This record gives sequence, C-alpha cells and structure tokens, in this order.
Amino acid sequence: MARDIDTTLLSSARPAPVADRGPGRWLRANLFSSWTNSLITLAILWLAILIVPELYRWAIANAVFQPDFMSCRAVGREGACWGMIAEKFRLIFFGRYPYLEQWRPLVATLLMMSMLWISCYPRFWRKWLAPAWALVLLAFILILRGGVFGLEYVESNLWGGFPLTLLLTVVGIFLALPLAVLIALGRRSKLKAIRSFCIFYVEIVRGVPLITVLFTASFLFPLFLPPEYNIDVLLRVQIGIILFTAAYLAETIRGGLQAIPGGQYEAAAALGLGYWQTVRKITLPQALRIVVAPLVNTFISTFMDTSLVTVVSLYDLTGALRLALGDPNWKAFFMEGYLFVAAIYLVCCYGMSRYSQWVERRLGAASRR
Amino acid sequence: MRPDKNKPKRRFSWSTEEGRALIYQVVAVAILALVAWFMLSNTARNLATMQIRSGFGFLSQPAGFDIGEGLVAYASSDSYLRAFLVGVSNTVRVALAGIVLATVLGTLVGIGRLSRNFLLRKLCDGFVETLRNIPLLIQLLGWYLVITELLPTAHEAIQLLPHTYLSKSGLQLPMPVWSPGWLLALIGLPVGIVCARLIRKSAQRKRDRTGDAPRIAVPMAAVIVGMPILGWLAGGAPTAFDLPEATVFSISGGMALTPEFLALLAGLTLYTASSIAEIVRAGILAVSSGQLEASSALGLSRRQTLRLVVLPQAMRVIVPPLTSQYLNLTKNSSLAVTVGYPDIVSVANTSLNQNGQALECISLIMLVYLTISLLIAAFMNWYNHRMALVER
Repeated sequence: MARDIDTTLLSSARPAPVADRGPGRWLRANLFSSWTNSLITLAILWLAILIVPELYRWAIANAVFQPDFMSCRAVGREGACWGMIAEKFRLIFFGRYPYLEQWRPLVATLLMMSMLWISCYPRFWRKWLAPAWALVLLAFILILRGGVFGLEYVESNLWGGFPLTLLLTVVGIFLALPLAVLIALGRRSKLKAIRSFCIFYVEIVRGVPLITVLFTASFLFPLFLPPEYNIDVLLRVQIGIILFTAAYLAETIRGGLQAIPGGQYEAAAALGLGYWQTVRKITLPQALRIVVAPLVNTFISTFMDTSLVTVVSLYDLTGALRLALGDPNWKAFFMEGYLFVAAIYLVCCYGMSRYSQWVERRLGAASRR
Repeated sequence: MRPDKNKPKRRFSWSTEEGRALIYQVVAVAILALVAWFMLSNTARNLATMQIRSGFGFLSQPAGFDIGEGLVAYASSDSYLRAFLVGVSNTVRVALAGIVLATVLGTLVGIGRLSRNFLLRKLCDGFVETLRNIPLLIQLLGWYLVITELLPTAHEAIQLLPHTYLSKSGLQLPMPVWSPGWLLALIGLPVGIVCARLIRKSAQRKRDRTGDAPRIAVPMAAVIVGMPILGWLAGGAPTAFDLPEATVFSISGGMALTPEFLALLAGLTLYTASSIAEIVRAGILAVSSGQLEASSALGLSRRQTLRLVVLPQAMRVIVPPLTSQYLNLTKNSSLAVTVGYPDIVSVANTSLNQNGQALECISLIMLVYLTISLLIAAFMNWYNHRMALVER
C-alpha cells in the first residue's frame, strides 16, 4: 500500500552525480560529446580567439565615430570609420530627395511602417484592410510627390533611398496580389484558352531573371506605347516589378487553392453558388489563409529584389549607397557603408522571416483544433 | 457509327455552360490579340520614327567592342553573334562553378545545422540567417570592392599555395599545358564511372542471389581514380604545367580568374549555399524517426543508416527544390552586369546601347534563360520520374 512506503528513503535519495547536472553536463553533451566534437569545438574557439579581438579593434576600439574625414584618413585600415555613415546618413536613407523636404519621406515611411505593423496582427485581417492600404499608399505617394496642400512638387526621379525601396515593394505586392489571384484562378480554369495563357505567362516570367524584366520596362515599354504617352521610369519599373511579382505570387496562391479539399467546391455547388461566389466566399478566403507564410516570404524576396532597380538608374537604398560612395573623400570607407545598408536589410528581412514563422505556427495551430 | 453523332447538336448560346465557355474564351483571345496588335503597331511606328532597324540581321555584323574574358576566342572585329556566344559561355561557366561550390558548401552547412556540437550549430545558423537576408546585389558589390580595393596589388600578391597568387588583379592558378595525355585522362573519368557502376550492379546481383553484400567502396573508388591515371600514363604522363610567375610588375602565366569572375562566384556561391543549407536540413529532418529506429533495430551502423536509409529518402525531398535553386543561381548570374563580368546580359546590354536594337537584344537574353530553364526542368522531370516512390 502506498502509505507503507518509507518516505524518508525517498527524500534522502542521493542527487545526480556532479558530472551529470548543471553546466558541466551541458558542456559535455553539447561541446565535448566525442573526439570529433571536441576537436570541432576547439577549432571554432581557436578561430574565435583569432578573429574576435581583431574585429573588436577594427569596429570599436580604433573606430572613428565622428564625421571627421581627417581622423578617418589618419586611422586608415586600422579602424572603422563609422563617421562616414554619420556624414552620409541622410543621402543613404533618402537618396537625392531635396534636403529641406526630407521630413516628408520620413513621415511617409513612418506611416507605411505603422500600417505594415497593424497588418501583421491576424485580428486586423478584416474587409477594411484593403481600402485602408489603398488610402495609405495614396497618402504615401502624395506626400512624396507634393503639389497639393502647399507641399512643394518633387519630381519622381529625385525620390530615393529607403522610402523608394519601401514604395516599390509595397505597391508591387499590393497591386500584384489581385493580378496573381486572377492568374492563379486562370491556371486552374476549365477554359483552355485562358488556362494556356496563364501557364504561358507564369512560366515565361519565372524563367527569366528580374533584370531582363527591368530592362524590358526601361527600354521596351516606351516602344510599346504611342509616342505621346511618356511614362516616367519609376512608373515603368514599378509596372515591371508588379508583373514579375504577380507570376511568383500566382504560384503561391495556386498552391493554396490546390490544398482546399474538393468537398468544399462540391458543397458550394450544392448550395447553388456560382463560380465567382464560390471563389469569393468559399475558396479564396481559405486559400489565402493557408498561404500567409509563403506570401510573407515572397514579400521578403521582393523587398530584396528591389535593390536591382539601381541597374536602371533608380536610387533606392542600394543605389543611394552607391551615390554616397561616389564622393571621392569617403569612397575608401565603402566597407562601413555596405555593412550599414546590409544591416538595414538584415534587420527588416530577418524580422519578417521570424514573423512568417510565427504566423505559420499560429494559423497551423488554429486549423489543427 | 461514331459516338458523337448521337449527341444533340451543340447550341452555342448564353444558356449552356459550353456556350458560355466558348464566348468567354473568344472574348479573352480577342482582347489579348487587340493588346498584342496595339503594342506591335506602336513598336513598328516608334522604330520607324526613330529610324532604328529591326530584325536579327545585325548579328552577322562586326560588334566593335571588347570583351574582358571568355572561353571562346573573340576580337572586337568579330560578329555580334560571336560576342553573344562569348556571353553565353561566360554565363554557363560562372553558373556551373557556382552550382558545384554552392552544393558542396550548402550541404556541409546544412548538416552542420543538425550537428550535436552547439558552437558549430550556431555558427551555421548564423551563416544561413545572415547571408540569405542580405540582397545578393549588396553582397556582390561588397565582394567586388573587397577584392579590388582591400587585396594587395599584383606585385605583392598573397601566395596561397605554391604558384597560386591572389591579388587585386584576381586569382592566378597553375594550369596543365594541354597535351594528348590530359585528353586521355579526361576520357578515363567517364570510363572509370561506368566501370564503377558495373561493379555496383554485379555486387547488387550477388547480394540478391546470396544475401551477402560484398564491400565495394574501395574497388569503386580505385576504378574511378585509376582509369584517368591509366589514361594519363598511356598518353605519356605529361607533367608540364603552365605556372604563374611573379615578376616585378605583375604575375604572368597560368590560368587567371578575373576579380569580376571571383566576386560574382563568391556572391552567388554564398547566397545560394545559404538556401541549399536550408533545403538539405529540411530534407534530412523529413526522414521520420521511425526509419532511424527501425534501421538501428536491424543492427545497421550509424554510417550504414545514413547511407542506406536516410540519404535515399532525404534526396527525394531535396532534389526538386535543389534544382530550382540551381535555376535561381543561373538567373541570378545576370547580376554580373553590375560588377562588369561579361555574361550574356552584359554583352546584350552593351550591344543594345550601341545599336539601339533593344527588342532583339532583350529577346535574345530571354531566349537564353528560357532554354536553360527548360533544360533544368526537363532534368528535374526525368529525376522525379526515376525517383518516384514505387508503391505496391
């Protein structure tokens, strides 16, 4: 019987041996579990001893933090010149936008970032989100462009830096999404002509590099239109990005549509819903919910891909950095500039990819109930 | 009697589903044709007003620009067609080298992320998360500047290995002087691989017959290594190497890899390796733990489990996304234009700036990439077909 057990024996049980608990155990299990493991650990530690102090000396101890060209040159290769970033920060971040008006892209960027923040919460995934986005995008473009509310007019070829990267990405995704839904539906359509065209479009666009699409936008779009239409290069590139992204998004959404069980279509048909009613009320909402995480991943690649627009001479974040490094005084400190811009991209993309993992777990948990 | 004679004659009206389908498709095709006609007629009119020639006749005319490097002999008096061929060869060269290196590095890092060693695991995690979250363009430009600005000049080049120099002007490697012996050695390699396959076949047959699995790893390796050596010996064992020599001003001789090629290769390799590492890791994790338990219950060793149970199943998961990474790498090699490596896009870009025939030049680029995509897709279909699970 349970009450007959001598509890003093239990309480006096000896603790686990010292080697089997606490940090010692962790070290043995994770770093020195076998000969090869110990060798790997020692090799990595040796490399760290070689590299980390050097890195510390370069990046912090010997570094110059003031935008002082003379002391930067005096330090030379021995220390980082973070002063380069302090000096060129506005140019890197806002590109060639008129200096005195740079509060406008800042306001617009903050507006867009807060809207992105709000859209991250599944509780705000409501009908009003799309019109709200349309409003925010309109406001973003108006604030940058000016010419209304007493704001000075700024030509689109002066837009640049981080706001341009953000604009190209967000507008690219926002307008590519409806197009992608249509293409994905078309690829699953029973109508042969429409299906063939959608397959053709998706395969062609996914088969060529983005750079050719940008070249097309920059060199060929003007040829395709009557000479009296003169669209500026930003709009052409934006259209190129939308058409390119739509092909990739369409494949993602098609994946979601395929994952919906056939019973859903049959049930919708049994209820007497037509094609568009079925799509709008039954299949699309479920499909989009399934592909939120892949959609965020497409968003990340589009965000990184927009760096290519420097090839057709737009000054996004990457292009603005190259602009800043064009200054012969600061050219030698390219490493600091590249590390800075790389860090901006890294923070944004890493954050988004963590979000994508979170949302996948959360929605997965919801559907597993 | 043909069966469709029995069917009622189809009426194409709005009230039948078939009728509506036909009407929708006719309307869609009509709209597309209209858009195409609009674009084509505008193009023709614009080209006429700008007095730009059209058609691919320009390909046979002299290009008139120089190309920095290439596998195909080329001079600026050669035709545009030849210039494009040089570009294609450069694209293929960097893509192949990148695919090999990225696969090796990516596999190692992917396995490293599953290591039992905490430090190694975290190091590989850091590698993947950093490299795949920074745009390739930034990495490429960064590498290019590191090579051309931070490395020493050619006359104080770093000597990595005997006769291997790394400097601002690139990497200089020893290169065997071409002779028939090397050709025979090259022929020996596929012969060796075929022989190794024969050995494996016969071993499998023996195993099926007797249940006794002969050890074949050593003979297979011996045949694969031995056949080229045999060919090399049969060709008179040539030992002449073209060695790079450091002179006062520069390094001459040997095989030279330009800084543009190196920067592009480094960027493509590291960026793609980070994606491949993820694919490899996911592939290995996809093998269910029951398989591991079953194989240890059968008494297989750790290495046998890896070779006979884990890898064959993981490969089935890994190969499809891996091929699409290869395709991505090839498409990303088009960023060569930003570091000045003369790939197909750079050559076409130079050509279209020179003769204004944008339509033709861009179509040629697209044609090249679509061909490569189709080839890779065909390979993938073949592989999937071969590897598909055979169910009872």
